[in-house]
Amino acid sequence: MDIQTWTWVLVGLTFTLYIGIAIWSRASTTGEFYIAGKGVHPVANGLATAADWMSAASFISMAGIISFDGYDGSVYLMGWTGGYVLLALLIAPYLRKFGKYTVPDFIGDRYYSDTARIVAVTCALLVSFTYVAGQMRGVGLVFSRFLEVEIDTGVIIGMFIVLFYAVLGGMKGITYTQVAQYCVLIFAFMVPAIFISIQMTGNVVPQLGFGSSGPDGMYLLDKLDGLHNELGFHEYTSGSKSKIDVFFITAALMVGTAGLPHVIVRFFTVKKVKDARKSAGWALLFIAILYTTAPAIAVFARTNLIETVSNQKYDELPEWFNNWENTGLITFNDKNKDGKVQYVSNASVNELTVDKDIMVLANPEIAHLPNWVIALVAAGGLAAALSTAAGLLLVISSSISHDLIKKIINPNISENGELIAARLSAVVAVIIAGWFGINPPDFVAATVALAFGLAAASFFPAIILGIFYKRMNKEGAISGMAVGILLMLYYMMRFKFDWFGGGTQDDWWFDISPEGFGTVAMFVNFIISILISSFTPKPPEKVQQIVDNIRIPSGANEAQDH
Amino acid sequence: MNKERQKKYWKQNLKYLAILLSIWFLVSYVFGILLVNQLNSIRIAGFKLGFWFAQQGSIYVFVILIFVYIWLMNKLDKKYNIDN
Repeated sequence: MDIQTWTWVLVGLTFTLYIGIAIWSRASTTGEFYIAGKGVHPVANGLATAADWMSAASFISMAGIISFDGYDGSVYLMGWTGGYVLLALLIAPYLRKFGKYTVPDFIGDRYYSDTARIVAVTCALLVSFTYVAGQMRGVGLVFSRFLEVEIDTGVIIGMFIVLFYAVLGGMKGITYTQVAQYCVLIFAFMVPAIFISIQMTGNVVPQLGFGSSGPDGMYLLDKLDGLHNELGFHEYTSGSKSKIDVFFITAALMVGTAGLPHVIVRFFTVKKVKDARKSAGWALLFIAILYTTAPAIAVFARTNLIETVSNQKYDELPEWFNNWENTGLITFNDKNKDGKVQYVSNASVNELTVDKDIMVLANPEIAHLPNWVIALVAAGGLAAALSTAAGLLLVISSSISHDLIKKIINPNISENGELIAARLSAVVAVIIAGWFGINPPDFVAATVALAFGLAAASFFPAIILGIFYKRMNKEGAISGMAVGILLMLYYMMRFKFDWFGGGTQDDWWFDISPEGFGTVAMFVNFIISILISSFTPKPPEKVQQIVDNIRIPSGANEAQDH
Repeated sequence: MNKERQKKYWKQNLKYLAILLSIWFLVSYVFGILLVNQLNSIRIAGFKLGFWFAQQGSIYVFVILIFVYIWLMNKLDKKYNIDN
């Protein structure tokens, strides 16, 4: 069978599976819709969290970015895994004990203030919308390359699938669909990696393979460093970013991960505090399988790419090269008219540009793997994008129906009314996300990475202080969150969108890029919160009791069975 | 649980956090970033050690840290009889 038939078959099968699960596990109460009735097993929750977390960016883009950036790509590897240590140790168990539905719930109750709740809802919506637009775009990209439909049609198909199971199933449906999606995406990621590792190094384990030697007896990493030197790129195993920037970006990604509402809310879905800790452990283990394989894929793909194209005759290049040229994601411009591909660092001589996003998708083709493996990667990319999109849409819909409508606008709304509101807001959210996917504003790509900075600058300090600093009051927390997120927005708009006078790298504060600035904004948030709270009255006795209560794991409210 | 025991439980928890987070900081920020050049002079098979910590080692340690934390806290909860 050819690639396209295989892709239709695999995508069709997996989509049927997701829809079947959604029908089987549809939600009938708000508790089930928001947090799956608190009855999810920790391992299942770990799997769901891993799928929720690993987006189109992790699956499609990350290995590609590492492939081009080498050591500098480590910021994503450490940043997007290290955050789970913070989640497991500092956040998940306590928020599970608190036992409500959303992150703004915690902020609103802990800081006894609807203003705090509204600030938190705004931050949650801002973070989730910037993130979800990128996912829909990922869905469109996979569809257009592998199924040869327009990107827009791909986005619309993706919208309908997500709409169907998120609206019907709520958190309960999403959770079990995500379990299936994890299995699909990890299988799709590992199979080509293992194949290629055996091909290039004879080692079955890619994590060890990229530290081994190829048939020529040379260590793969040494060979790659050599190739990079020859072509004028910076050495693969050392970076070109400044150390302080690497440090701050890693920190912003870690802290941002721990502050992302769609991740935190997953820990509300288990029975006990103990299970919240456990599922964080399982989640990171499942994530680590992909994250430790990605740098191996990066090295294999980079070496393969250079060896296949560098100084080769254009007419003799393999078929995949033309396939990707047709999508515009690879471009070749024979500047010196010698009919060969010059792929070098020097921009005036270089004749080849390769979009980083295609490395994972093109990798199996570059390595001549069978057609079903190539199709599998497409199904995996879709699983990664859809699972994350669904999780984000749920945060958006619960922010609106629960945090805004139930908690602020109309507290007397009935259970059924709230459930309808939740489903309606999910529909609206999908439509907005789809619209962004079809008409991506220039800033989407830039802001997905910055969503972490926003989460780091706003939620993380408010949650941590809420648990670990009993004296923290509403005045401190609200001003901290407001200043943190405004500062982050200012820096991001100035250096990413050229507003407020713009500026170049030379104007960065302390040499820190906008991606790493979330760490600075987080520290500012902490300082402002603590300063302001020390000049303003203590939180009421009742709130201090809440804090005492969440620090002790026993007596978390009962779970519902389903 | 009375106030006194509650305080002791919390203190022990904070002690575990301090130890585990120091290791978290060490393997990622110190080994993977600050001392990466120095560690790169040590090699294990094809890996330079600093590079390995940044792209592999730190992640393995993160997973282990969480499971150690789960184990420690389960023991602590049992000791204080709050592991229902």
